[in-house]
Amino acid sequence: MAENVCMNRSCAKSSEFWTLLVMGGLVLLGTLAAFFYIEHHGHIVTGMDNQVVWGLPHVFAIFLIVAASGVLNVASIGSVFGKKMYKARAPLSGLLAIAMLAGGLGGVVLDLGRPDRLIVAMTHYNFKSIFAVNVLFYNGFFAIVGLYLITLMTRNLKQYTHAVGLLAFLWRLALTTATGSIFGFLVARAGYNSALYAPMFIIYSFGYGLAAFIVVQSVMYKWNNIEIDERILCRLKNLLAVFIAAGLYFTAVLHLTNIYFAKQWDFERFLLLEGGVYPLLFWGGQVFLGGVLPLLMIFSPGARKSPPLVFLAALLVLIGGHAQMYVTIIGGQAFPLNLFPGYAQSSSFFDGIVHAYTPSLWEILLGVGGIAIAFLITVIAVRVLKFMPEDDFKDIDLDACKS
Amino acid sequence: MSEQNKQVHETANNDRRDFLKVGAGVAGLALAPGVLFYGISAEGKAPDAPASAKVRWGMLIDTSKCADGCDSCATACATENGLSGQTGPQDSQWIRKMHIKNLQTGAEHNLPMLCQHCENPPCVDVCPTGASMKRADGIVLVDRHICIGCRYCMMACPYKARSFVHEPLTDQNPEVPRGQGCVESCTFCVQRVDRDETPACVEACSKDGHMAMMFGDLRDPNSDIARALQSYATTEVRADLGLNTGVRYQGI
Repeated sequence: MAENVCMNRSCAKSSEFWTLLVMGGLVLLGTLAAFFYIEHHGHIVTGMDNQVVWGLPHVFAIFLIVAASGVLNVASIGSVFGKKMYKARAPLSGLLAIAMLAGGLGGVVLDLGRPDRLIVAMTHYNFKSIFAVNVLFYNGFFAIVGLYLITLMTRNLKQYTHAVGLLAFLWRLALTTATGSIFGFLVARAGYNSALYAPMFIIYSFGYGLAAFIVVQSVMYKWNNIEIDERILCRLKNLLAVFIAAGLYFTAVLHLTNIYFAKQWDFERFLLLEGGVYPLLFWGGQVFLGGVLPLLMIFSPGARKSPPLVFLAALLVLIGGHAQMYVTIIGGQAFPLNLFPGYAQSSSFFDGIVHAYTPSLWEILLGVGGIAIAFLITVIAVRVLKFMPEDDFKDIDLDACKS
Repeated sequence: MSEQNKQVHETANNDRRDFLKVGAGVAGLALAPGVLFYGISAEGKAPDAPASAKVRWGMLIDTSKCADGCDSCATACATENGLSGQTGPQDSQWIRKMHIKNLQTGAEHNLPMLCQHCENPPCVDVCPTGASMKRADGIVLVDRHICIGCRYCMMACPYKARSFVHEPLTDQNPEVPRGQGCVESCTFCVQRVDRDETPACVEACSKDGHMAMMFGDLRDPNSDIARALQSYATTEVRADLGLNTGVRYQGI
């Protein structure tokens, strides 16, 4: 079976590999062009301003960072919790984690006001800053997951896989806690300032990461004309459903808590009802496309026999995840800071009014650059090394998945 | 030496002594105030000495004296610090005039809003590189050399007091270096404070006769600002956040 499913040099279709590489390369070239253009002219050529300071590049970048930690879950379930089916998928899971984190961080770095000072960010640490703590977590993540992949792929290091896998699992939980806390620690803004952001981002990461894994695995299987086993598909889709439902639950708790607090009413009314694009993206994107619809698809009759349906459901989760990030990041900034509760406020600095934000082409190019980086790393890695999941069916409890 | 020559010589010596005595006296009189002022200025701080924690610079704004339509403080700030004075969404504004109206009572107030120079500044807490920092004398600044332009401080500031430099800069004030891609905010005109002058906004407000802004050392019980804070009810903006701001408001 192994000869049929590999995607490495011996059996992959070479011309199609190069086509993928050129496609990803062209997108990345556009990203670099946008980066140098913004670097030269300043952020005045973007839609970001002194009101909405983080824009579309951050939406893509933070999504990738959150999904990167989540995609490692597949490996963790295998190595830490000993599930054979997931163990077979651990190498691909680790690879995607590294690739997506690299893409996400690339997006953040390319949008810095002074990207030339990246070395400063690596040498000056304010340890009270959750941002600085995140930098340490990201670097550690690369090192630990890299080591984990080495133990997975080196025969005489296999005995360390469990220990390193456990470390990677704990590290990723801490990392996503810190990523969520970037927003949770923003004390003054109505949209943030909640400890719920840390566990909520962990749950989101479970969903986005598994969805990304299912999408990539589906493409790899299709590429090699392999049908995924129905029972494996069933398990993956059911796990995805659990994560989607948990994500919806945390979202509901966050907003219901806010609705209980009178001081948050204006913000919730803005985000959920009257804020134009934000309620649309929240209800239509995050809740319906990224939550309710995938759940209906996953539990529809015949889903366990339909890889395309599960693939589509996973793709919708990724789209809904981007909508969630847009609502969280841009929506949270678009709502004005309330300096004087109980007062109507106005000034030349746009106090008291909802801030408009329209991303420019340059930001879109910066944003998709992170995806291009993750895509290229994945394509090259699966070409040169063996990351294709190979199931040994005699070890798997195939009757466990019923629905 | 003849007797006559000796007398001429002694007269000349006496003249020289008298000249030196008078000269020393005049020089002493001229220098003494300078030495005296140097000794007592800014709590004993020499121009190149580091900021002292014995001082905490602060500002008191009397909103009842802040005139509707007047923006002298913002104009003076822009002139002093080399800002364009433009008010587009991507332009820097280190100080702005706010108009607020109580939704229950209809009471209206005008006030300048600027960096509140918090004792526990969120911008300093969140800055990954330590570029956002607080001087010993309480002035919150951005170190232009290690700001990477991530804008997390702008997300964290409760007062929307920070601006990001969105475009290349020309004709900068050498005393106030700014930089494209860096975040900036009110410095209390630190270059003036270190020369024992008041911030440009305070000076402009006084010059226009409004006297709505008072600047001084919050830790000196004899300073005008400390006495005013003891005498009148004053407010911290977003006092619920517990940041202990260096800027206080009277009349709201």
